[in-house]
Amino acid sequence: MRLTLRIWRQAGPEARGDMVTYEVPDASEDMSFLELLDVLNERLIAAGEEPVAFDHDCREGICGACGMVINGVAHGPQRATTTCQLHLRQFSDGDVIDVEPWRAAAFPVVRDLVVDRSALDRIVQAGGYVTVPTGSAPEAHSVPVPKAAADEAFDAATCIGCGACVAACPNGSAMLFTAAKTTHLGLLPQGAVEQDRRVPAMVAAHDAEGFGGCSNTGECTAVCPKGIPLGAIGRLNADLLGALRRTRGTGRD
Amino acid sequence: MSTPSNTSTTRRDTAGQGTAGAPGGYTVGAPLTDTAAPDGPLETRWERRRLAARLINPANRRRLPVIVVGTGLAGASAAATLAELGHPVLSFCYQDSPRRAHSIAAQGGINAAKNYRGDGDSVRRLFLDTVKGGDFRSRESNVHRLAEVSTQIIDQCVAQGVPFARDYGGLLDTRSFGGAQVSRTFYARGQTGQQLLLGAYQAMSRQVAAGRVVTHPRTEMLDLVVHEGRARGVVVRDLVTGEVRTHLAEAVVLATGGYGNVYHLSTNARGCNATAIWRAHRRGALFANPCFTQIHPTCIPVSGEHQSKLTLMSESLRNDGRVWVPLRKGDTRAPGDIPEAERDYYLERMYPSFGNLVPRDIASRAAKRVCDEGRGVGPGGLGVYLDFAGAIARLGRRAVEEKYGNLFEMYQRITGEDPYRVPMRIYPAIHYTMGGLWVDYDLQSTIPGLFVIGEANFSDHGANRLGASALMQGLADGYFVLPTTLTHYLAAGPFEPVAADAPAVVEAEAAVRARLERLLGNDGSRSAESFHRELGRLLWDACGMERDEAGLRAALERIPELREEFWRDVRVPGSGEALNQALEKAGRVADFLELAELMCLDALHRAESCGGHFRVESQSEDGEALRHDEYFSYVAAWEFTGVGAPPVLHREALAYETVTPSRRSYA
Repeated sequence: MRLTLRIWRQAGPEARGDMVTYEVPDASEDMSFLELLDVLNERLIAAGEEPVAFDHDCREGICGACGMVINGVAHGPQRATTTCQLHLRQFSDGDVIDVEPWRAAAFPVVRDLVVDRSALDRIVQAGGYVTVPTGSAPEAHSVPVPKAAADEAFDAATCIGCGACVAACPNGSAMLFTAAKTTHLGLLPQGAVEQDRRVPAMVAAHDAEGFGGCSNTGECTAVCPKGIPLGAIGRLNADLLGALRRTRGTGRD
Repeated sequence: MSTPSNTSTTRRDTAGQGTAGAPGGYTVGAPLTDTAAPDGPLETRWERRRLAARLINPANRRRLPVIVVGTGLAGASAAATLAELGHPVLSFCYQDSPRRAHSIAAQGGINAAKNYRGDGDSVRRLFLDTVKGGDFRSRESNVHRLAEVSTQIIDQCVAQGVPFARDYGGLLDTRSFGGAQVSRTFYARGQTGQQLLLGAYQAMSRQVAAGRVVTHPRTEMLDLVVHEGRARGVVVRDLVTGEVRTHLAEAVVLATGGYGNVYHLSTNARGCNATAIWRAHRRGALFANPCFTQIHPTCIPVSGEHQSKLTLMSESLRNDGRVWVPLRKGDTRAPGDIPEAERDYYLERMYPSFGNLVPRDIASRAAKRVCDEGRGVGPGGLGVYLDFAGAIARLGRRAVEEKYGNLFEMYQRITGEDPYRVPMRIYPAIHYTMGGLWVDYDLQSTIPGLFVIGEANFSDHGANRLGASALMQGLADGYFVLPTTLTHYLAAGPFEPVAADAPAVVEAEAAVRARLERLLGNDGSRSAESFHRELGRLLWDACGMERDEAGLRAALERIPELREEFWRDVRVPGSGEALNQALEKAGRVADFLELAELMCLDALHRAESCGGHFRVESQSEDGEALRHDEYFSYVAAWEFTGVGAPPVLHREALAYETVTPSRRSYA
């Protein structure tokens, strides 16, 4: 199949960017979208041009490294699919495809399609963990976890931190990401203990990083490759209010 | 036992010494006799090692920084635990976040001898299965420790909030994996690696918040600083700014994963590479059993030239999926049109007690054999069916969805076929490397102060790794073993401070800069990728699932030529002062081109079949792998002497005190 790509090229964070057009006349529908870029890049290198920079690694839809806006949609047209798992059979011969980086205030462009998502790490550092030293854990069966809670926690824990939710949100909010983290830990007895401290701290870090607030648009969950439900944000809000109520005036931070 | 075909070790050694410099040449050095393992009863060795280890008081730990390279299960768990003990930890990874390390992609599960099922499991049995699974090429002491620690790993991960699968009573669920007849694999749907890694990453994040871990993402280690005989630092390149700089510490831990990407196509993430361990090897760390490569039997077959990676389908699928090919050669009917009587469920036929759950090397080789016979399915005949029709009829579609849904979806996305309707097509692919830097029982390499953990070392899996054991080893090393053994090492300090302008630092930095400049300044015409593809094909043919002497010798002729072509003709566009993914790639391919030669040499010298290593010259009458314990019951640890120069072989004899090596049978 013949495809025309219009790709955002930007040499560095301060440089001006531009859409540049490339033709790939011999793409195969069995290729993944990233393999299409590989083929293009090899040709660019052979021609002495600089290849298109993009983040990618596992190419199995789990590491969360890849991510680009394809024809205006984060990770492209197929629902619940990362860019690396998007195959060209989703496109038609002769298509013109726009490829752009995640755009959000909290994700500065590094180069071309690569953005800096370290803000998500800093949200986790604010409290997205269970405080348990190594070697002192109780016997695993000493705390049973209801299957429903374990399954729901797991569903939230499948977030891959790709940032598509941020890219899709008109407010550039990372609330779906933050909610996935707090939901995962808050639903398990092991993580519930710290929830009243965790949730306000992670929300504060989220805001401090320059992510916008949630206005329930729902674009985040529509593009999420792991199908994290919007209900997670509802749970986050409830946890936040509960935490603020319970800790008010107690002297706890 | 029969003698190995015309290539006895004695002759090979003589040939090696006599033909130093010729392809396949090497010399023999002193054997490795000190593995630092305690002696005495196997069951109490680890306990005695822990009791004998020196301690450091918390106030002093603050003055002893440690470098940890890599943030997968081994690296993240080590960084978290060392920091919790009080050490300042410098953590490095090439990804944009530590959470993206390739451990995240492990699907199936993690083994532990909890015996929650009451099916007869025990530490002893996990130990025995692992030693047997490794085809009697692993160390008893290490494997026993791994089995012991396994139970604590599950406790630790549960306490961290890892959402393992549970049954309706709220207790942990388990499933079975290849090479075991008990159900000891703990799992989190098909994303166990992800959940365990997030647990370790979160534990590390807690230490970042506490100010004890400083992370350096998008940073690649390009050399090791060895000062007065000790590993004291790393030279790294910031992949965004291109800045080359040195970080110094009291000790260096490499947790940089395996080198399966040397084959170009593998199940590894695209960024996985050998550079950190290969640079350390060039600085004096011995490289052990480089040819021991695990082939995973259940991967999605290659679809075309454009292919950039192979995707694994969890081995746990074989709990319910049945593997078959048509009975008759060249049968091109659709799978649904082939009646039961004309199918060959070859694993169930050949290995009735383990059936579809034979270990990975056995299943891979059997698949290759039926495809070589012309009975393979799909494009090019390189595939076998993994069929869930029976499971769907027996359990219902919903139950199958619940267990394997995400894997089925992934398969459909990649192939465009619906595995609920037609059987999956699978074929073996390069997955995991059991070889790696040689370490002793303390996980210390031959360079004092350089510790190597997880897949980057060679230590625990022998010639073949059982499924669900990699996650176990990574976390055992990082959470439980290293904190004891590294502390013991550091307690012997303090070591001489290293000045920022010490000769070792200046020289290592200069070497890194020179190499980068050489790559950037080369006026070539080919991409590094094209060299990588060529090397990978060469290596898969000569040193893949099946190897023979002629093929290995031919590869040993060709690889140095290819390396020479690379340095003459590679083209790396762009500059070194910015994000330059072509430069990153070229540097890694350059190292693969050196490592590949050592792999072929190791495969050539080991004239026996064992584990994932099948030498055509060494097989039983019925085509099974044939080991030669009297010649090869050792670890081959290679010393670097220069690019293209004959390396030195140091042998570590494997002593089996509690297990009697036997012909592996899964029938």
